[in-house]
Amino acid sequence: MLLPLSWLNDYVDVSDISIEELETKLFASGFEVEETKYLGKDLEKVVVGKIKKITKHEDSDHLQICIVDCGEKYGSDIQIVTGAQNVFEGALVPAALDGSTLPGGVKIKKGKLRGVESNGMLCSGEELGINNNWYEGAEVYGILILNDDAPIGEDIAKVVGLDDYILDISITANRPDCQSILGMAREVAAIFNRPLKAPDMTFSPVDSANDDEITVEVSAFDLCPRYIGHYVKDVKIETSPLWMRKRLALVGINAINNIVDITNFILMELGQPMHAFDLSTLDGKGIRVRRAKKGEKIITLDEKEFELCENNLVICDLKKPVALAGIMGGLNSEIKETTTDVLFESAKFARDSIRKTSRSLGQTSDSSAKFCKGVDEYTTECAQNRALNLIEKLGCGTVSGTRITCAEKELSPKTIKTTFAKINRVLGIEVEPDTITDILRRLDFNVNVEGENITVSAPLYREDVEGYEDLAEEVIRIYGYNHIVAQHLKFAEITNGGLTEKQQFELKTKNALKMQGAYETINFSFYSQKDLDMLHIPQDAPERKAIRIDNPISENYSIMATTLAPIMLNTIVKNYRNGNSEGRFFEIANVFLAKEFPLSELPHERKTISIGAFGDDEDFFTFKGIAEGIADEFNLTFSYQRGEKPFLHPGITADILCEGEIIGYIGQLSHEISEEMSLGKKVFIGEIDYEKLSSFYKSSMKYKPISQFNDIVRDFAFVCDEKVTCGEIEDSIRKSCKYVTSIKLFDIFRGKQIGEGKKSMAFNVVISPEEKSFSEKEIEKFTSKILKDLEFKLGVSLR
Amino acid sequence: MNEKIEQLRKNIKEALSVKLTREEFKKLREQYLSTKAGEIPNLMKEMRNVPKEDRPQFGKIINEFKNWAEQEFAEVDAAIKKEELAKANESETVDITMPARKNETGSLHPTTIVKQEIIKIFAGLGFDVFEGPEIETDYYNFTALNVPSDHPARAEQDTFYITENILLRTQTSPGQIRTMEAVKPPIKVLSPGRVFRSDYDATHSPMFHQMEGLVVDKNISVCDLYGMLDLFAKEMFSSEAKTRLRPSYFPFTEPSVEVDVTCCECGGSGCRLCKGTGWIEVLGGGIVNRKVLENCGIDPEEYSGLAFGIGIDRITMLKYGINNIHILFENDIRTLRQFKQQNIG
Repeated sequence: MLLPLSWLNDYVDVSDISIEELETKLFASGFEVEETKYLGKDLEKVVVGKIKKITKHEDSDHLQICIVDCGEKYGSDIQIVTGAQNVFEGALVPAALDGSTLPGGVKIKKGKLRGVESNGMLCSGEELGINNNWYEGAEVYGILILNDDAPIGEDIAKVVGLDDYILDISITANRPDCQSILGMAREVAAIFNRPLKAPDMTFSPVDSANDDEITVEVSAFDLCPRYIGHYVKDVKIETSPLWMRKRLALVGINAINNIVDITNFILMELGQPMHAFDLSTLDGKGIRVRRAKKGEKIITLDEKEFELCENNLVICDLKKPVALAGIMGGLNSEIKETTTDVLFESAKFARDSIRKTSRSLGQTSDSSAKFCKGVDEYTTECAQNRALNLIEKLGCGTVSGTRITCAEKELSPKTIKTTFAKINRVLGIEVEPDTITDILRRLDFNVNVEGENITVSAPLYREDVEGYEDLAEEVIRIYGYNHIVAQHLKFAEITNGGLTEKQQFELKTKNALKMQGAYETINFSFYSQKDLDMLHIPQDAPERKAIRIDNPISENYSIMATTLAPIMLNTIVKNYRNGNSEGRFFEIANVFLAKEFPLSELPHERKTISIGAFGDDEDFFTFKGIAEGIADEFNLTFSYQRGEKPFLHPGITADILCEGEIIGYIGQLSHEISEEMSLGKKVFIGEIDYEKLSSFYKSSMKYKPISQFNDIVRDFAFVCDEKVTCGEIEDSIRKSCKYVTSIKLFDIFRGKQIGEGKKSMAFNVVISPEEKSFSEKEIEKFTSKILKDLEFKLGVSLR
Repeated sequence: MNEKIEQLRKNIKEALSVKLTREEFKKLREQYLSTKAGEIPNLMKEMRNVPKEDRPQFGKIINEFKNWAEQEFAEVDAAIKKEELAKANESETVDITMPARKNETGSLHPTTIVKQEIIKIFAGLGFDVFEGPEIETDYYNFTALNVPSDHPARAEQDTFYITENILLRTQTSPGQIRTMEAVKPPIKVLSPGRVFRSDYDATHSPMFHQMEGLVVDKNISVCDLYGMLDLFAKEMFSSEAKTRLRPSYFPFTEPSVEVDVTCCECGGSGCRLCKGTGWIEVLGGGIVNRKVLENCGIDPEEYSGLAFGIGIDRITMLKYGINNIHILFENDIRTLRQFKQQNIG
């Protein structure tokens, strides 16, 4: 919200307060000044000069040599050459002296014009960055001729109204009443404890007994709780006076004509959007506020046509829509140069209704922006009165006595009964009752004190105030948060905090992955169907049943992740393309699994571990080591079986099992996708269902006495068919002898000696006695059982 | 006999005086001292040619000579060994600047590191951690938190909707409601996690991280809020850090405050990071709105609460001097590698 200092000063005297102090105090009481702009900051050493004498330049047919009096400080005989023809002796003009600056970074230096010395430049209004709304005559062709009362030698910014500050203040959503100059003036008056000079809202209506009857009816009070119409006759459409045009210019609004300017002025001054209808265009001289009929059409002031529906609120006459409520007037009822009868509208429209209509039609305005923030009904009435006051002030019409107010309820102040102690209990400090009362009264609250009890009525424009907590906030923001004393839960019970065991498991898992050389990544939880296409996920696969965001930023982020694999691949691809040659990554994030479509209940959010690696040193087994790292951390045993994924190499893909249950997969990215993505390195990807995995985590353990008997270690070299797997052999050995505690493959060999389609695998097997040591015979029995079973089940023989 | 010994002594001296290899030395030692055929042990065999009465004397001389010889050989042996070790040391010398062989460790994401750091600070104050769902209902994300249906924050342009009533949570505040519904006061809980808003530009990411904090007990006041958040800032940034409260607005707290901390870059004197103010906005909070307590079946006349919300990504950026939030979601290994030594525990 833009607050010009000069405008603020109309309602509360801040002339002796520095801009820094104003900013600081506003900030401390809840109004952050985001930017302060000094309008004259681009103007330096540009002053009022009086042309004493003009002579023609001998070498030019248009240049004139002026001797300018710029006062004692700058000199009374400054020679400046100008090309403008409208200057005359005795004229007061803006003189940019040697070393001065003008808007747009223009620097003025003395020099010679066709041999004649010129110590500066006389300026036009445009060169000063102003137009007729700032200073009458600023748009004339030539030099700006100043009014006779301009003091010689005065800084030009002060003369043309650029000696002003504009504060851009951020207003929190609970204070729509501060979205106006008057609203901020009320705050400033309270903060600095100064009187408020409220704008004059009085007017003297003429007798309206002979006027035609004007009717207003509201059939949708839920969307329009208050509507006030007032009839103004004998209107003369003219240009507004300078003071009003200048006020509007300060906040960036172009003056149009007196009636439109009055509505805009009130929008800024009081924060109430108003509208003016040309009464002669209203069929039946009536206003009907109602929901639009489906298919109804309106052309707004900016000549755009909209087709409406029942959710849109429209202002109609007895036949047709004449305005899109709160957003923009209709072209058919617009104020024209010929308008003589005006119906002023001041209304409160529900903010979500305006917001939804504005959004669905794609049509916004200063009015709709204000309505979306919220307008209070008290100001609705004030604004109507102020408009009529301004009509009289500008002398541009006759205020009739015809006012029609349609309101759902009477206005009544919100009253809170409470005690000083309750207010102080929220704050935790003791603010004196007198101070509390004083602050609330400064803020326009009505306060009745009866001992410890107080009854407080909020001003009608404060629709945000509900309970004593709100009063506490009002008190402390004016009293000052610097009075709050740090205290450490003085009255609270002791609680035993920290992560639960389950939460600690997740951290441990992350640490285990870190120890395997993997870097944790964090990615968006949404992606697109295209990312699933990238992984060749079939159209009927469960991963395709993703939850869709109704209003995504773009199609790229339109569905919630059902698998983390595409996210991991994208991370790797990005890293590869950024010139990184290798890397290991992991992420623990949710995948979102809908129980049914459309979603009627919250989906299952399944925490999932995603792992990935790329680089020359990676192969399936180094990658498998990452999974094993997790197993190690939690003392689990993972087993692996051949698996299948549409995006992984058919021969280099494994399902991960824990206690017989599939908990995830790992594998190498398929050649096809690798080529499609132009990846020059091998890529490995895996996912583990963290929920299933963590169900196997155990935190408690018991010490098991170590065996008193030495382990028996045996090495075996087997010969078997190529298709027999290491895992199968390990499984078989483990099943054959319950005393086997470790099996390790330490060599693999293929060659002529072994035979075509065969391989030799060498294992180191540890047998650990438990209660007693084993005799040679017993050991012999174990090994022969192991060998027999291998032979029988897998066709594996000793080499 | 004596002559023979002297001759041998002379031979040994001569033989050992030249520089010998280990093999030559071994041979020599064999030649003179081998038990079976060594020249010195062989002297004993000549004992029989010595008159009986001279034998003890003679034995003594031979023994002394043998001891002398052994001593001589031992010295040379030591010298050779010394030289051998010196050679070995030289040949085994490595370029100690060559790279170590080790498993490279990875790192946790900076956001995770900071999240855990925040949890650690508040866990010490008795806070539990609760993680709510990322896809939420309108009720938990807005209604129960006293965000009225016509509040601008509910505008579609900020919230990702899935259905009319189901959405991606825009804040971790629903964790407050879910906790208060599940447990009775006293409550101290943190609710960290991913949040989503439809805002994607130079300074906004559509997904980011928040940490909600909630205390519900008796007589909780703004002073408690200030004390707690001041302590947090000192733990998180520096024991020198100062904090200040200023008024703000959130629908679920009343009063609401914004907490600023003295700039971690300049210490409060003003710099580019703090835009010359000396202060940095780090979090928002307030006294839990009575309507929120009521919505969760907690009597606001008996209990009161404080709540705060911390932007984890923002704290991460401040702590590590990261100037662009998007860096946190790029996951470039050159960025991640820098956080190796930042451990959590």
